[in-house]
Amino acid sequence: MELVVERPGPLTTVQDQGRRGVAHLGVPRAGALDGPALAAANRLVGNPPGAAALETTLGGVALRASAPLLVAVTGAPAPVRVGGRPAAWGAAVAVGAGELVEIGAATHGVRSYLAVAGGIAVPEVFGSRSADLLSGLGPSPLRTGDRLPVGPPPPAPGGELVPLPGPPAELFLPLRPGPRADWFTPAAFTALARGRYRISPASNRIALRTEGPALPRARTGELPSEGMVLGAVQVPPDGHPVIFLADHPTTGGYPVIGVVPAAALPLAAQARPGTPLRFTLLGRTDVQRRAR
Amino acid sequence: MTDADGPELRAVGEDALLVELGSAEQVAALYAQLLDRRAELPEIAEVVPAARTVLLDGVADRAALARALAGWELPEHPPADGPLVTLPTVYDGPDLAEVAALWGVSPEAAVRIHTGAEYRVAFCGFAPGFGYLTGLAPRYEVPRRDSPRSSVPAGSVALAGPYTGVYPRSSPGGWQLLGRTVVPLWDERREPAALLTPGVRVRFTAERG
Repeated sequence: MELVVERPGPLTTVQDQGRRGVAHLGVPRAGALDGPALAAANRLVGNPPGAAALETTLGGVALRASAPLLVAVTGAPAPVRVGGRPAAWGAAVAVGAGELVEIGAATHGVRSYLAVAGGIAVPEVFGSRSADLLSGLGPSPLRTGDRLPVGPPPPAPGGELVPLPGPPAELFLPLRPGPRADWFTPAAFTALARGRYRISPASNRIALRTEGPALPRARTGELPSEGMVLGAVQVPPDGHPVIFLADHPTTGGYPVIGVVPAAALPLAAQARPGTPLRFTLLGRTDVQRRAR
Repeated sequence: MTDADGPELRAVGEDALLVELGSAEQVAALYAQLLDRRAELPEIAEVVPAARTVLLDGVADRAALARALAGWELPEHPPADGPLVTLPTVYDGPDLAEVAALWGVSPEAAVRIHTGAEYRVAFCGFAPGFGYLTGLAPRYEVPRRDSPRSSVPAGSVALAGPYTGVYPRSSPGGWQLLGRTVVPLWDERREPAALLTPGVRVRFTAERG
């Protein structure tokens, strides 16, 4: 069984839960930017929550099924057509052999997920089938004519749709200060807490870039490269915060003023360029600051 | 970690801890201990060494981990017996003459300096399998090129700051190119995929082109 790409859309990639345990080799985590939407699509077709599916970007995708299949679309709401007929978004839909599955342009949000019963069965790299657009690991973004293998259908019937929040008209992101809060002036935190930001069109799977007040540094110089986490808010010399998403580099040399908890990132990844963004500062976490 | 001026622990986000150390040697020493003693610590998803830090990410119980690390005796130097990789290298890079000039020696002497040192993979980053190798004396630090090249060939042996690096795949890059090795540094179908992993010792030998 396979899906043949007829229209890849602006950017469609294979994504699952991503790679863990290999950051020390310089391998980013990758994986679906909206994990709950991926899990919901997989649940609808009876797959394990982390099975590989397709992640679209704004413009949808069209694929032809070589054999009867069960598919489901979640994430950014978009018109769905199967065999030329309108079909349901957020529900399992049967596709006949030779029929075309089309996801149109997203009406809200950025990324729709197309799961197929059995999962997209491209080879695993470090335990994941995800495309990593920073390092080029995993399958390339879809191109016209690509043939995507589909795994054997799961024995379990599909589940119900889990309601998820819709794409945000305005984004509020919690931010836990540190580990390099001391590189910034008090004015930087005032700007973060009160400033009106917007999601920049330069955002991608690596990071959400922002437009808004620059964050002044308390010190100059370079920070020796250090490990980076998902959600890290790195501040390059221009002062504009950059929020790391799944394809982020494993190490970086710009100071991280704070970290957006991972739970807030799926919604952030559905915010379109131009979406207003405000940060909510959380309290600092104390660990035993200095080992004794 | 008994030194009062020793490692500082910084909370990162909800479930990560950044251990800040005084030197690359201490980073290597802590990383080696973490690999040896990981089983006695709370679950950690990622252990990521870097220039002066080790990031512990995806930590099940951060407070317990911080307490456990506080009780560790940390040697000043990493173990000297890590696996050794030898990289036969043709020293015909476009920046060899410039690096030699920066060092105030002939290109032939620059090759002798580079092959005379033993290196250690301090950490990986930039690209899968790209190791930052320490081992050259501080007086041989060189700046990055003013303008990066849009494409550096795979296998290029290069210098920047205190580090030697080898490009696992063709990519843009701003490091000074000394030469090239034919040894494949990265192969996803090989186990392990990366030849240069943190803690591995490395020697370069000069080959004819």
